[in-house]
Amino acid sequence: MQCCVCKEKPATVHLTQIVGDKMQKLDLCEECAKAKGINDPTSFAMADLMLGLGASQELDPSAVGMELKCPRCGFSQADFKKSGRLGCPECYQTFAEGLAGLLKSMHKGIRHVGKVPDALRKSRETGDRLKLLQKKLNKAIETEDFELAATLRDEIKAMSGPVPAKAAK
Amino acid sequence: MKDLHAFLISPGEAAQQHGPHDRIVMSSRVRLARNLHGSAFPGWAKKPERVKVLETIQPAVGSLPEMADSFAEAMDNLTALDKQILVERHLISREHAAKNVGSGIVLNREESFCVMINEEDHMRMQALRPGFQIREAWTAIDRLDSALEKKLDYAFDNELGYLTACPTNLGTGIRVSAMLHLPGLVLSEQINPIIQSVNKLGLAVRGLYGEGTEALGNVFQVSNQMTLGEGETVIVERLEKVMSQIIEHEENARQTLLEKKPKVVFNHIGRAYGILANAHSISSKETMNLLSLLRLGIDLGLFPDTQRSLVDELFLTTQPAHLQKQLADKLSAEERDLIRADMVRAKLKNVNRPVTK
Repeated sequence: MQCCVCKEKPATVHLTQIVGDKMQKLDLCEECAKAKGINDPTSFAMADLMLGLGASQELDPSAVGMELKCPRCGFSQADFKKSGRLGCPECYQTFAEGLAGLLKSMHKGIRHVGKVPDALRKSRETGDRLKLLQKKLNKAIETEDFELAATLRDEIKAMSGPVPAKAAK
Repeated sequence: MKDLHAFLISPGEAAQQHGPHDRIVMSSRVRLARNLHGSAFPGWAKKPERVKVLETIQPAVGSLPEMADSFAEAMDNLTALDKQILVERHLISREHAAKNVGSGIVLNREESFCVMINEEDHMRMQALRPGFQIREAWTAIDRLDSALEKKLDYAFDNELGYLTACPTNLGTGIRVSAMLHLPGLVLSEQINPIIQSVNKLGLAVRGLYGEGTEALGNVFQVSNQMTLGEGETVIVERLEKVMSQIIEHEENARQTLLEKKPKVVFNHIGRAYGILANAHSISSKETMNLLSLLRLGIDLGLFPDTQRSLVDELFLTTQPAHLQKQLADKLSAEERDLIRADMVRAKLKNVNRPVTK
């Protein structure tokens, strides 16, 4: 059996992990296993390794484009493929499209539920409320319910912060 | 600079720490991954940026009342042996032990909080508790995190939550885990189906000192894997439920083994005692596996005059770095095997043969 990373040497390290109902198998040669840190079994997770290998779960290249780089830190799609880690917090925006499928496959949902830093909680709630109102507004316009639309628009305006005096007139 | 060895709780004292269900649950842990807004993650950041992050986080953590009188040090100031000791104590990861300039550790006096700085994320903060106390560990780390968020500018996204270097930790950045001693399930060959069903619930089961189903010393680590789309309390509660069931299965397995196959149990435990009490050379791996059986024997009442803490202390002191630390000269693995056997024999001198009726 050949090593599935270098495709050269015979595979001597065999890994099996069951995630959900799916069984994942990897066959590696000793050198590649070492390079991936598998000689130190407590410190790696197979999911991470699969990421690094770019097996089924990689950033979708059609969505991302190979040349895309994070404007903040210069991290690229190729770097992600190599390490399975991102470069900086902003990378999540840079690679958002490509990451969506990956996140879906590894997590329960794709929207954070749980603790929010105190300082950000308010802005998060406001953001959520605004999004909901905007949705309602679009629907009201679609159904030509202009009375409702006007009310919603005022509500959104009021929430978006103090409106400059001129515009308020 | 504080001397790590003088700072750490002695293995003897550490073995005396008790918690609920500590017959089976050796320890509980909750860790949170946090990163600073506007800085590259440690794996991508250049050295000056990592140093800057370390210099920002370390004083912030050190200033918390919970961390008063802590051991705070840059990883490049620790010897390889000290780092290995921290790994054997489960205070830092192996990955963190490999770090040098730009990484650090802050450990409090009680060893109930340990913060790794610039491991895979800027910060990995962990709360540790003896026995089965994952809920308490979560409450404790939640409080520490809430205090820290006032001092540090966390990278947080309204949609994705806490942003982490690896997408597998995104969202809550939480990992809830416990180390379970499951010799009954291993001896009765029920461990594999249990691991499989736990895996199906989206939880990970790892061997403590090695991957594979038959973990060294019959110790298994159970933890959550998913961090996005589910709140912390939901995750904690699910793990609490699953772990309670594993504890129950382990207790049942022990009871059944004693009733149905007493000879098998007595044979394993008696042989383990025989080797540990009489060996003149023993590897750390064999020691762990036999100590596990001795621990089971104590739990089952085969050593009425012996405390479990005796085994737990040996679990620590017989590991390579702990053993080396007690000696003046640097020894080879073979030489350590001799010293280890001497130490175990001495410790078991007053332990009577197992009582089997």
